[in-house]
Amino acid sequence: MTGSHSGVLAHASLALAAILRREITKFLRQTGRLVSAVVRPTLWLVVFSAGFQNVLGVSITPPYENYITYDVYMAPGLIGMVLLFQGMQSSLALVFDREVGTLRLLLTAPLPRWYLLLCKLAAGTLLGVAQAYAFLLVALAFGVDLPRWGWISVLPALALGGFSLAALGLLLSVYVRRLENFAGTMNFVIFPAFFFSTALYPLWKLRESGSEWIAWAARVNPFTHVVEMIRFALYGQFSALSTGLTLLFGVLAFGLAVRGYDPQSGVLGRAPRDE
Amino acid sequence: MTAPVPVIAIDGLTKSYGKVRALDGVSLSLEPGRFTALLGPNGAGKSTLFQILTGLFVADSGSVRVLGADLAADPTAALARLGIVFQQPSLDLDLTVEQNLAYHAGLHGIGGRRRRDAIEEALALFGQSETRRQRVRTLSGGNRRKIEMARALMSAPALLLLDEPTQGLDPASRRDLVLHVSRLVRERDLGVLWATHIVSEVEAADRVVVLHRGRVIEDGAPADVVARSGASTLEGAFLALTQGRAA
Repeated sequence: MTGSHSGVLAHASLALAAILRREITKFLRQTGRLVSAVVRPTLWLVVFSAGFQNVLGVSITPPYENYITYDVYMAPGLIGMVLLFQGMQSSLALVFDREVGTLRLLLTAPLPRWYLLLCKLAAGTLLGVAQAYAFLLVALAFGVDLPRWGWISVLPALALGGFSLAALGLLLSVYVRRLENFAGTMNFVIFPAFFFSTALYPLWKLRESGSEWIAWAARVNPFTHVVEMIRFALYGQFSALSTGLTLLFGVLAFGLAVRGYDPQSGVLGRAPRDE
Repeated sequence: MTAPVPVIAIDGLTKSYGKVRALDGVSLSLEPGRFTALLGPNGAGKSTLFQILTGLFVADSGSVRVLGADLAADPTAALARLGIVFQQPSLDLDLTVEQNLAYHAGLHGIGGRRRRDAIEEALALFGQSETRRQRVRTLSGGNRRKIEMARALMSAPALLLLDEPTQGLDPASRRDLVLHVSRLVRERDLGVLWATHIVSEVEAADRVVVLHRGRVIEDGAPADVVARSGASTLEGAFLALTQGRAA
């Protein structure tokens, strides 16, 4: 690596490309992961929307301008679910890398650690966005009526949502020390994040049913804001509140994860000698 | 005549885990073109020292400079001059040999034609060109270790750190690796720090440093270490130094 500015940039780009290539190669080899990434939300879409289509009435609230069917309401939440699972998968992969020793290789590379972790996040975000589009294709095949131009306008929201949820995964990987602890942690994160959010029902519906505390939990849940940001973006609209909070959450989670991975100040530096 | 610039200068390193003092004022300076063996029984502090030298852990006090670059103040400059072979295998078993090496090349800023050349040269150096397209999972333990050494040398480091690199290998593979690394020391003016508790594999080292209970208790050429201990072999000297003190 040269010390010049262009040399540092070239080094940083090569490292990013290497990390992206590795993550994509590994993802494409894991066909089960690829299939489950699409099948999981599809099951929710088919089963839930069939069951609740006539039970839940969804009134006209922004960004919707007409009455919508329940499958249309659910779609942004399920896209959020795809991103959330990808974030957890990234975290699981990091814990696995730590157990098998490959994480050391990354952490001893001659680049700032925050940058190496940012590259990991970029890889997780890219995979999340690709899976979200794969699910959008499935939703289209099942006749979910989403605006076609929404496919383009939703891209920045998918990227930001993917980044923030991958950052959450990165943060979790600091504290989840062993693979066997991971299943419990995932359930502890994924289910509350998904159910206490607007993925399945709008906030006003929760309030209407008298579940004030659940409505409050959903309002402060960062996943709600990821879902709402995506919902608005699918209709070419911008939710400043949800976008701002998603960005804030992502940056905060990333900052805390970088601190956790810093041997000077983080928990990893205090680990026992087998780490 | 001026003394050669040390490839690594370790000064007064201490590290504790709670009440256990893993390193207790370790100071060491290594020159280029020398094979230095870091001998110590299990639990002597070798792995802790390596984790600090590679920036994975931070010492409670003391400093590490790699070719003048302070590891704490300028870790990227210091790490750029190190080649590391970890005690625990660190190859991605699901990727091919070439993919593993390409990943490492990217992390070290080696791309394009240079990357292709570096991969070819590294594999040829350890006689592993044939394994290039094989998944690492299909390789023997000895060949995996050779790939890890080849990988560590791709960035042309000034110092090669090896933490118990022969762990789990049969005697023939062990001897093979030691010979390979010894040759590289001469040919490339490479500094080597080889940590182990197996005395027989480092009898031909230029220098032996004995670490025991977190402290350097002996440091010198193997013949001098043997002579000072009163034993007839390096193994005898090592046992006298570590078991005698353990009593």
